Amino acid sequence: METTRLVIVAVGGQGNLLASKVLGEAALIEGVEVRMSEIHGMAQRGGVVESAIVFGNATSSIISDGEADILVGFEPAETLRAIKRCSAKTHVITNTATLPPFTVGIGKGAYPEVDTITRLLKEKTAGLVAIDAMAIAREAGSPMSVNIVLLGALIQTGALGFSKESVIEAIKRRTKPAFLDKNLKAFDLGFEAALNSAA
Amino acid sequence: MHKLLKDSPGEKIMLLGNEAIARGAVEAGVAFATTYPGTPSSEISLNLFQMSQESDLYFEYSTNEKVALEVAAAAANSGLRTFCMMKHVGLNVAADPLMTLAYVGVTAGMVILTADDPAMFSSQNEQDNRYYAKFGGLPMLEPSSVAEAKDMIEQAFDLSEELKQPVLLRTTTRINHSNAFVTFGAIKAQKTKGRFERDPMRCVTVPAVSRGLHVKLLEKLEKTRDLSEASCFNFVQGKGDLGIIANGVSFHYAQDAVTDLGIEDKIRILRMGFSNPMPENKIKAFLKACTRVLVIEEGEPFMEEAVKAFAQEEGITIPIQGKSSTLFSRLSEYDPAMVREKIALCFGVEYTRPETIDVSDLPEIANRPPNLCSGCSHRATFYAVQKAADGMDIICPNDIGCYTLGFMPPLSTGDFVICMGSSVSTSCGFSKATDQKVVSFIGDSTFFHSGITGLVNAVFNNHNFTLVILENGITAMTGHQPHPGVDMEQMGHSGYGRVNIENLVKVLGVEHVSVIKPFKVKKSIDTIKEALAFKGVSVIISQEPCILFAKSLKLKKPRPFEVTDKCTDHKECINGIVCPSFYIDEGRVKIDADTCVGCALCAQICPENAIRPLKK
Ligand code: SF4
Ligand code: SF4
Repeated sequence: METTRLVIVAVGGQGNLLASKVLGEAALIEGVEVRMSEIHGMAQRGGVVESAIVFGNATSSIISDGEADILVGFEPAETLRAIKRCSAKTHVITNTATLPPFTVGIGKGAYPEVDTITRLLKEKTAGLVAIDAMAIAREAGSPMSVNIVLLGALIQTGALGFSKESVIEAIKRRTKPAFLDKNLKAFDLGFEAALNSAA
Repeated sequence: MHKLLKDSPGEKIMLLGNEAIARGAVEAGVAFATTYPGTPSSEISLNLFQMSQESDLYFEYSTNEKVALEVAAAAANSGLRTFCMMKHVGLNVAADPLMTLAYVGVTAGMVILTADDPAMFSSQNEQDNRYYAKFGGLPMLEPSSVAEAKDMIEQAFDLSEELKQPVLLRTTTRINHSNAFVTFGAIKAQKTKGRFERDPMRCVTVPAVSRGLHVKLLEKLEKTRDLSEASCFNFVQGKGDLGIIANGVSFHYAQDAVTDLGIEDKIRILRMGFSNPMPENKIKAFLKACTRVLVIEEGEPFMEEAVKAFAQEEGITIPIQGKSSTLFSRLSEYDPAMVREKIALCFGVEYTRPETIDVSDLPEIANRPPNLCSGCSHRATFYAVQKAADGMDIICPNDIGCYTLGFMPPLSTGDFVICMGSSVSTSCGFSKATDQKVVSFIGDSTFFHSGITGLVNAVFNNHNFTLVILENGITAMTGHQPHPGVDMEQMGHSGYGRVNIENLVKVLGVEHVSVIKPFKVKKSIDTIKEALAFKGVSVIISQEPCILFAKSLKLKKPRPFEVTDKCTDHKECINGIVCPSFYIDEGRVKIDADTCVGCALCAQICPENAIRPLKK
């Protein structure tokens, strides 16, 4: 597989780690090399968590500015903030459900309009899929499944050349039994939503 | 069974760097392991701790890194394979025993891991611990990838046994916190009971003994140099006459860059994995084959200076570059694009930067700084101290932990932080040097780590300050590791003692000791006022479990609060405590019921009594 660089940005607690693990497992199933790197530490206290996943033959595990092939954002303002990782060739998948930082909550800082965010992302990159992953996760029965909804959307775009089957198998291997059905449903709904958003 | 205990050689599995390191230690037959938790090393110890519950491995969380190293030194001198791990600044704490243990040596393999943190993702500085190897005269190994980190450990133990010396293994955050596929190897049988053979002429470092040991250390260092020359961790790749010397993760950035730039046939790379002592002959031979050399290393010019010295000895005058204002920085960490650009610049290769996106027209996006969790008891304590000290000119030395975040407004209770335990000792200094009132903060784990000694000093010298010990029952910042004050029964582990902080502080001779429950705000403020009025050392112990930990043990059930219509919109809650569960909706304060845990702090500070438990 040609080297594909994927950046995931999320707010601490949104399940970005599990999403990365599922993609890692899918890579194992597909027989693709993968290296991932993530930022821990203070980020656990409500900050931004960023993972870099490099698929294919490169040997580094971090992604420089302008070099992401795909950006998946679990929170719209964070997706926009991470645009420096992108180039005009990058595919972007973003959640549109907002989680404003507490600085905004208490009136110390601005949160851009979601429409502005999606417009800018669309103008500056190769393609945007924007879905309300929170609403879809609720529909799937678990607000915790935002991460899996977005994985469904990612796979639908084909930007990462993994088959749907591999990722579903990976979800089965990495999900706790109690959440499996909800996660599988979340994946399907995310996949469908991306289909409709492109149409 | 713990996933890292599986005896399934050949199995390919995705592991975090720190898990791979823990597995490597298990494969190497490690029998004894000690640590003090510190990011980016924490998951190594977490996994070893878990495995020690299911195997014959002895593991302990020691009170600090110096203690951890001393405990480990004894085990390694009793014939057990011993692993001691810490973050980079932890090695400063352990430096005292380290320097002399280098003289004494070990009888069984001992590996000391230092997890360096370039770019300071979760640290107070970005020191380069390769100098500790040089300083102590100890061998150092540095992996470049997760898989190599696992494999290097067994060889580090072998090396240690061959030399009868502890071996330093240096990682950086990008190894510790990367994930990659790792192939399991066989697990070596452990030797779990050792024996200490008396050898005072080696082990009792009185001057007469140490003088001899220093001579031996230098002899060993010569032998180590030969091993470094022959080591498979120091290898040359490629055949060109442009040379790159790289270590750690920089090696992979360099490798990728050479491929991306299409200059494979022009470049020769020397990867340095056995980095102290440096392989002199290998480097000299490498230099002779090159017309120009670039040294790529994060941190300090550790290799660069040595390489230049070797060149001087050989009369080699080719350009050797590394750190400079146009090439590599001594600051922060590197990334692949930057390494590619510098390689192109240094060797005059045609290169255009990838087009990045124009971000000049992006709207302002508010920052997302880390914050104490919703319902964190530290917030309540800081608030109460601020209220109690209202109108006083105070200095607040703070310490290392979640509570360092208290420095941010509006709590603003952190004026000086340098290292673990520094809040107490700097309070001694501030109280003597100024007329200001000093109120300092330290977590329970940090108090055991190195706060006690400062407090002893304060009692003896009769200093004048108030120390608040934030006793939340766990080491929260690094991911909930135990410490000597923790109730281990509650965590499901038997066979541990428990040290009571209140008794301890009293025994040290502190005359004014009080205990508060910080969520009882009024009462806490009154108690703190009394402590502040005391002349001399006063200690306040603020007891309330870390909410994140309490939730994980299901000791607390979140019970959200709401803002009722009685709210008159002066926002005293928001301006006073910034709980992350607050938000403003159409100008009105609201509470996010999904994240509010119902600590009731905001309810108590609301003058209108407008904040109430949510009615379901
Ligand atoms: S982890 Fe615990 S101690 Fe740390 S900020 Fe959260 S609640 Fe507070
Ligand atoms: S009760 Fe108030 S201070 Fe406590 S967690 Fe809820 S909103 Fe935050």
